[in-house]
Amino acid sequence: MTETLNLLEQQARNRRQTKLWLLLFILFFAWLGFGGDLVLYLGSQDAYGTAHYTVPWIGIVVTLIASIVAWNAVRRGAKQVLWACGGVELVNPQTLEEKQLMNVVEEMAIAAGLPRPKVYIVEDADPNAFATGNGPETACVAVTRGLLTALNRDELQAVVAHEMGHVRNLDVKLMTMIAALVGVIVILSDGMGRFFRGGGGRLLGGRGGGRKGGGAGALMIVVLVLWLITLILAPLITRLMAMAVSRNREYLADATGAELTRNPAALASALAKIEAAEAPTASIKRGTAHLCIADPLGRAVNAKEGRMANFFGTHPPMPMRISRLKGMAFQSAKAAGETPTA
Amino acid sequence: MPFIILVVLIVVVAFWAVGARNGLVTLKNETLNAWKQIDVQLKRRHDLIPNLVNTIKGSMEFEKETLEAVINARSRAMGGGGGVKETAAAEGALTGALSKLFVVMEQYPALKSSENVKGLQEELSSTENKIAFARQFYNDVATKYNTRQQLFPTNLVVGLASASPAELWEIEDAGDRAVPQVDLSMGKKPPAA
Repeated sequence: MTETLNLLEQQARNRRQTKLWLLLFILFFAWLGFGGDLVLYLGSQDAYGTAHYTVPWIGIVVTLIASIVAWNAVRRGAKQVLWACGGVELVNPQTLEEKQLMNVVEEMAIAAGLPRPKVYIVEDADPNAFATGNGPETACVAVTRGLLTALNRDELQAVVAHEMGHVRNLDVKLMTMIAALVGVIVILSDGMGRFFRGGGGRLLGGRGGGRKGGGAGALMIVVLVLWLITLILAPLITRLMAMAVSRNREYLADATGAELTRNPAALASALAKIEAAEAPTASIKRGTAHLCIADPLGRAVNAKEGRMANFFGTHPPMPMRISRLKGMAFQSAKAAGETPTA
Repeated sequence: MPFIILVVLIVVVAFWAVGARNGLVTLKNETLNAWKQIDVQLKRRHDLIPNLVNTIKGSMEFEKETLEAVINARSRAMGGGGGVKETAAAEGALTGALSKLFVVMEQYPALKSSENVKGLQEELSSTENKIAFARQFYNDVATKYNTRQQLFPTNLVVGLASASPAELWEIEDAGDRAVPQVDLSMGKKPPAA
């Protein structure tokens, strides 16, 4: 974990990891839906081994609900975030600081080859920043007033580059969708739990009892127990997976930001300053935490390395991020020593 | 039967060739567009310089040479031809003259503290950054375009797309390559090239 990779290698690795997590997410989702169908299928087998339950209704319904919820969340998510934290769009920059912010955002949009996102300022003394919007065309970058005062121009540029990284990598869409899916799973787990505590269990039991037993019956019990256990643990498991994706995208945005500015050291020092400020960002609520450059809640799990941080943080531990950025700075300095690049 | 296989093969190859050609054309247009973005920023810089020169002229009577160097470099850059190399050279000279001017301005505290000059300086150094980032983006896109042309099997359709290698914006001499460390009094640095 501590080897120094250059930024392109880090980006490639983060993309691979995200794909792996998404695959796991989909598989888990499929198991939750179609696993139930499997139980019913096994349960509906009669003495001759013919199953009467052949259409996987649970799976189909779950897939439908999840797609609708995810689509809906993506469609209307972005605006709500800015409303929720009281960001005000910066249209006519007045002070030098605001002009600088506007310029820096323009610079980073040019570096990324994307249209300039809308710029918002959140009146909060704690330094933090986040990006929202579904794609490069509708993207918004918001920074707190505290960030403008705490950082110098290079560091501000690095933070904006990190946010442009989120925009370019379509992280907002990804994380909104995942958050919505986690929500669906929580509801599902709750609903199905109730169903099986109520009439559903008897339905299965009644049919299974009339049979002479044998292989299919035993298999059904095993699958049922496994499925019920995962159903109960599902909210926790999906949350952990969502956090893992979120941490991954943070690393990726760090690396993308470094690619845009070609100055990873500036982001490292910006992160150090943001961490030192530490006070929670009062105006940013829990639900939007994964969009920020640093955990706005100042939760201890994100601050230090260790097992807890590896499972429960929306953001990777600061020392890890800073050390990876320093690794990139080292690599690019080494590369520049051999062959100067434009 | 062999006839059908042959036809299918030809159709597949034709589809691929069209796709590959269109991919190259898209990249070519992206490269051209990236070049235009540099142009926009260069023009902006040319427009900003007279403002700055007029604002500081009065307070910098003794630095006529530095100011003239900037003005001359600007007019050379504006009159320059359209080629990547010529533009790069002329604009590189202008960057050099400007950073020299910024160094000299450091010696005039009255100038530095003027709100007007501060604003102009922020605009100019941001434009410098934008030029650098637009150049970086152009070089990235152009490299992608050039690599695509060289890779097999896309290199077979280069003629179809009338593609030719795009010239990268290289930094000309060693003096330009070394990033001038200018403290612009607001804690900002010129872009790492």
